[in-house]
Amino acid sequence: MAEVLVYVDHVDGAVRKPTLELLTLARRIGEPVAVALGAGAENTAAALAEHGAVKVLTADAPEFAEYLVVPKVDALQAAYEAVSPAAVLVPSSAEGKEIAARLAVRIGSGIITDAVDLEAGDEGPVATQSAFAASFTTKSRVSKGTPVITVKPNSAAVEAAPAAGAVEALAVTFGALATGTKVTSRTPRESTGRPELTEAAIVVSGGRGVNGAENFSIIEALADSLGAAVGASRAAVDAGWYPHTNQVGQTGKSVSPQLYVAAGISGAIQHRAGMQTSKTIVAVNKDAEAPIFELVDYGVVGDLFEVVPQLTEEIKARKG
Amino acid sequence: MSLRIVVCVKYVPDATGDRHFADDLTVDRDDVDGLLSELDEYAVEQALQIAEEADDAEITVLTVGPEDAKDALRKALSMGADKAIHVEDDDLHGTDVMGTSLVLAKAVEKAGYDLVITGMASTDGTMGVLPAILAERLGVPQVTLLSEVKVEDGTVTGRRDGDSASEQLEASLPAVVSVTDQSGEARYPSFKGIMAAKKKPVESWDLSDLEIEADEVGLEGAWTAVDSAAQRPARTAGTIVKDEGEGGKQLAEFLAGQKFI
Ligand SMILES: Cc1cc2nc3c(=O)[nH]c(=O)nc-3n(C[C@H](O)[C@H](O)[C@H](O)COP(=O)(O)OP(=O)(O)OC[C@H]3O[C@@H](n4cnc5c(N)ncnc54)[C@H](O)[C@@H]3O)c2cc1C
Ligand SMILES: Nc1ncnc2c1ncn2[C@@H]1O[C@H](COP(=O)(O)O)[C@@H](O)[C@H]1O
Repeated sequence: MAEVLVYVDHVDGAVRKPTLELLTLARRIGEPVAVALGAGAENTAAALAEHGAVKVLTADAPEFAEYLVVPKVDALQAAYEAVSPAAVLVPSSAEGKEIAARLAVRIGSGIITDAVDLEAGDEGPVATQSAFAASFTTKSRVSKGTPVITVKPNSAAVEAAPAAGAVEALAVTFGALATGTKVTSRTPRESTGRPELTEAAIVVSGGRGVNGAENFSIIEALADSLGAAVGASRAAVDAGWYPHTNQVGQTGKSVSPQLYVAAGISGAIQHRAGMQTSKTIVAVNKDAEAPIFELVDYGVVGDLFEVVPQLTEEIKARKG
Repeated sequence: MSLRIVVCVKYVPDATGDRHFADDLTVDRDDVDGLLSELDEYAVEQALQIAEEADDAEITVLTVGPEDAKDALRKALSMGADKAIHVEDDDLHGTDVMGTSLVLAKAVEKAGYDLVITGMASTDGTMGVLPAILAERLGVPQVTLLSEVKVEDGTVTGRRDGDSASEQLEASLPAVVSVTDQSGEARYPSFKGIMAAKKKPVESWDLSDLEIEADEVGLEGAWTAVDSAAQRPARTAGTIVKDEGEGGKQLAEFLAGQKFI
C-alpha cells in the first residue's frame, strides 16, 4: 500500500489534535508515515502509533527553533525523498502552509491549502475546500506531481487505529537558505486554560457590542460555563479589547465548531468567512436587522448585557 | 544607492459582492466589481513607510492580472508608489499559485529588487502561501506574516505573531516580506496623489517578455484542477425571539434541547 507522509504538529512531544485528524484522513489514501521535528519529537511516537502511523521519522537540531520555516522544509524534503509517498499532508496552520508550499515548489508538485475533507479518487486524493467566505464548496485535485495538501483543524473525527509506529531517525542536511531568517527572540503566549480556538467544540465570540475590554468577562463567563473557547470580531480586536490570536474571520482564525455563539457581532462577510461552517449557530444582537440572524439556528434580539449573563446563570443552574 | 522595493498587489472581486465561479470553474471576474485586494493595501502602506525612512527608495507595484487589474495599480500609485508593472497575457487565464508565483518571480527579477513586499493573503483565493513560494523561487529569505516591519542598513526585522508565540525575525536583504492587517491602517489616496498617479509610468509585460512558455501557466498548465464547485445550501431559517426579559433562559432551553448543556 502506498505511503502517505503526515507532518506532525506538536508541542514538546505532545501531538496536537489536528495531526491526529490528519492520520484519519491519511489512512483513506494509504499508510501514514509521520514526520516529527524539533524538541521532543521522539515522544510523539506513542500517540501517532495509536492513531495509525506505521513509521515515525524524527529529527532534532537547533536550526528548527532558531530559523524560520526553511529548516523544516529541508527535513520534510529529506523525508519525502526517503519515502517517495503518494501524498504529503500538513496541518493548515500559518507555518504548516508555508512549509507545505515550499516543499511543493521543490518537488515540482501542485498544492491545495485549507482542505476540509479528503477522500481517495481515481486520479489521486480529492480535497474538499470552502471558497468565497464559505459560500461555495469545491472539490479539487493536484494534477502535477505528488499531491501536497494542507488540512484545516476539525476536518475529520480522530479515530484510534493502532499501528507499529516504529521510530526512525531522519538524516537532514540543511541547505544554504535554511539560516536565512533568524528568530532572534520568541515570547510564548500565555495559556488561558481554555480550549484552543480552532479545535474547540464550542466557541463563544464577542464583537463591538461588548463595548470595552472589561466587559469581555461576560463573554468569558459564558464560555467557561460551556467549556468553550473565546473568539472576537475584528472590530473588538482592533479596539484593543481582545487579543488578535482570538480573532475569528478572514484574517483571523476560521472555526468550525459544533456550536458558535455570537454576541454583539453584526455578521459581516469577513466574519462569516471564519464561522459560517459551524454546525449550530446562535446569536444575541440588539438589532433585529443584523445579518448574523440570517445564519442562526436560534437568535435572541436583545441587549447582550441582559441576555448573556442570564444565559450563563441558567446554564450553571442546569449543570448544577 | 537606492532601495528598490517591489510590492505585489492583486486585483480581486469585491468580497461584499455576489462572488461565484465561471463555467470553467475559475473565479468569475466579470459579474462582480474588482478592486485592489484590501490586504495588499497594507503591503503598499508598509512600503511607503519604509521608503519614507530610507534616504533614497523607489517603489514599484506589480500585478499579474487581466486588463482591469490596472485599477489596482492606479490605486497603489495614488497612495504614493512611484511606478507600476502590469503582467498581462491571454494565456494567463486560470493560472494557479504555482504559475502565478513563477510569473511574479521572473517579473521581480527583471524589475530588479532589494525588497519584495506582499499582503498576507489574497481576499479571493485566501491561500496565503505565495510569499513563501516567491522566496523559495527567488532563493532569498522569507520574513512573512509580520505585524511590524523595519528596514535598516540592509537588514529587515519584524514581529510575527503566531498561535503559540510572538517571534522577532531578522534577515538581510534581498528578502521577501509579507505583512498582516495588524501592521497599521493603510492611508487613503489624497486628491493630489490621485492626480499625480495619472502621470506615473505603467509598463506592460507579457509572457514572452518574461521568457515563460504558455504551457507553463494558465488553466491547462495548472498544477491543480478544480473538478466541481457547488453553492453551499443557504442555512435554513432559525427561530428568532425578542428578549422580553427571558431571552437568556429561552436560549438556554434551545441549547439544552440540542444537548449542549
Ligand atoms: C480585508 C478585511 C478583512 C477582515 N477580516 C475580518 C476578520 O477576520 N474577522 C472579523 O470579524 N472581521 C473582519 N473584517 C471586518 C468586518 O468587515 C467587520 O467590520 C467586523 O466583522 C465588524 O465587527 P462587529 O460585528 O463586532 O462590529 P459591528 O459591525 O459594528 O457590529 C456590532 C453589532 O453589535 C450589536 N450590538 C451593539 N451593542 C449591543 C448590545 N448591547 N447588545 C447586543 N448587541 C449589540 C450591533 O447591533 C451590531 O450588529 C475584515 C474586513 C476587511 C476589509
Ligand atoms: N496575481 C497576483 N499579482 C500580484 N500579486 C499577487 C497575485 N496573487 C497573489 N499576490 C500576492 O501574494 C499575496 C498572497 O496571495 P495568496 O497566496 O494567493 O493568498 C497577496 O497578498 C499579494 O501580495
